[in-house]
Amino acid sequence: MGKRTVIPFGPQHPVLPEPIHLDLVLEDEKVVEAIPQIGYIHRGLEKLVEKRDFKQYTYVAERICGICSFMHGMGYCMAVEGIMEIEVPERGKFLRTIWAEVSRIHSHLLWLGLTADAFGFESLFMHSWRLREEVLDLFEQTTGGRVIFSVCDIGGVRKDIDAEMLNTMVSVLTRMEKELRDLTDVFLNDMSVKHRTVGVGVLSKEKAQETGAVGPMARASGISVDMRTLGYAAYKHLQFEPITAEAGDSYARMEVRIGEVYQAIELIRQCVELIPEGDVITKIKGNPNGEHFIRLEQPRGEVIYYVKANGTSFLDRFRVRTPTFANVPALLETLKDCDLADVPILILTIDPCISCTER
Amino acid sequence: MYSMEEQKIIKISPDEILAETVDLKNAGYRLVAISCVNKDGIELSYSFDKDYDFVHLRVNMDYDTEIESVSCFYQYAFLYENEIKELFGVKIKNITVDFNDNLYRISVKTPFNMKEEE
Repeated sequence: MGKRTVIPFGPQHPVLPEPIHLDLVLEDEKVVEAIPQIGYIHRGLEKLVEKRDFKQYTYVAERICGICSFMHGMGYCMAVEGIMEIEVPERGKFLRTIWAEVSRIHSHLLWLGLTADAFGFESLFMHSWRLREEVLDLFEQTTGGRVIFSVCDIGGVRKDIDAEMLNTMVSVLTRMEKELRDLTDVFLNDMSVKHRTVGVGVLSKEKAQETGAVGPMARASGISVDMRTLGYAAYKHLQFEPITAEAGDSYARMEVRIGEVYQAIELIRQCVELIPEGDVITKIKGNPNGEHFIRLEQPRGEVIYYVKANGTSFLDRFRVRTPTFANVPALLETLKDCDLADVPILILTIDPCISCTER
Repeated sequence: MYSMEEQKIIKISPDEILAETVDLKNAGYRLVAISCVNKDGIELSYSFDKDYDFVHLRVNMDYDTEIESVSCFYQYAFLYENEIKELFGVKIKNITVDFNDNLYRISVKTPFNMKEEE
């Protein structure tokens, strides 16, 4: 055994968009162990449920994270709807699905850009984020916001999208799909990208199960789990299969996320074809009383929402278990025996969202 | 249908947590999350999944009761348990990787006690 050195990684590091701290125990250039510490952006958002009534809290839930903001609002609303036995109108469900899938495209493009930046491929980073800007424009045109949308409400959604805008969305995404092919060809085939990702940070199927990995992290290790197959919102009307890969390395995780961008575009097309006319929201009466667990598939993976209500307008508890929190043990596993130089890439390949993790 | 998943909550005593957890582990369930409610005592929910079958073990106990860690069966439970121990003050023993209330680097004293603030 060589001499061991402990290197503090983060909370501030060029590759980290958000602060997390890892103590890396090294033997020469190899990582032997990684010990995490969190809390730099713990905002106590779960506890805020005691100070905001359950309708106001929809806005707080959206602010857990700036990337999955729509899905956080949606998951919270679905949990309250579960307690109050509220049936969301079908058109509202389709609109939720469309915005959720646009969020997935936005999140994955953001991640691709950050990953390219992490291995020093600046032009690839810029092209990824240029396409992402077009997705943000779609959000702005349909909701009025680019990061926080405030369109999800208990009982449905606050805004409708007219047929013309839905068709515009499809045509923008169809045009974007062609540009995406050029972009993703580089991610999947470029020698320098492969050099940094193929065989790096392998998480076997068994290890993925042992560490409780979720989302693209698990699917890239051959575990076919995708909460969308539960059929919440409008997913029960849509044709799709979870996208998986077998290698379990950084390249496979990239492959899965790239596949999911194309899948999301296809799901939006299906939604636009199938969306029925009608109301988008059901009026709610009274206060929730009871408890409910809900789970969704965010871009980063399975997310759990738990709401416990007492019949007043203030909830007893709101709990969210985010995919990044679930993927931290898998990250620690992939860091074992890796080269120090690969640590930034490996941290990025779980697509970490620390705002979500710490709440 | 307003919810796609049946809410399967099985109430158990703190003493039964290891036996019930190992049964689920042997049946092929994965641990999805551990959640805590701190109001009139501690309420812990251990959520498990197998092929989209979502099951929750529910433990109600007072503030002084100590509960065994399930990290001996699900190693990754250490993160959930450290968080609950640190932020809610739940007494959890034998966590495989125990951060001793230092998982969160926050300046506020933990555990957060809802009762004192009311």
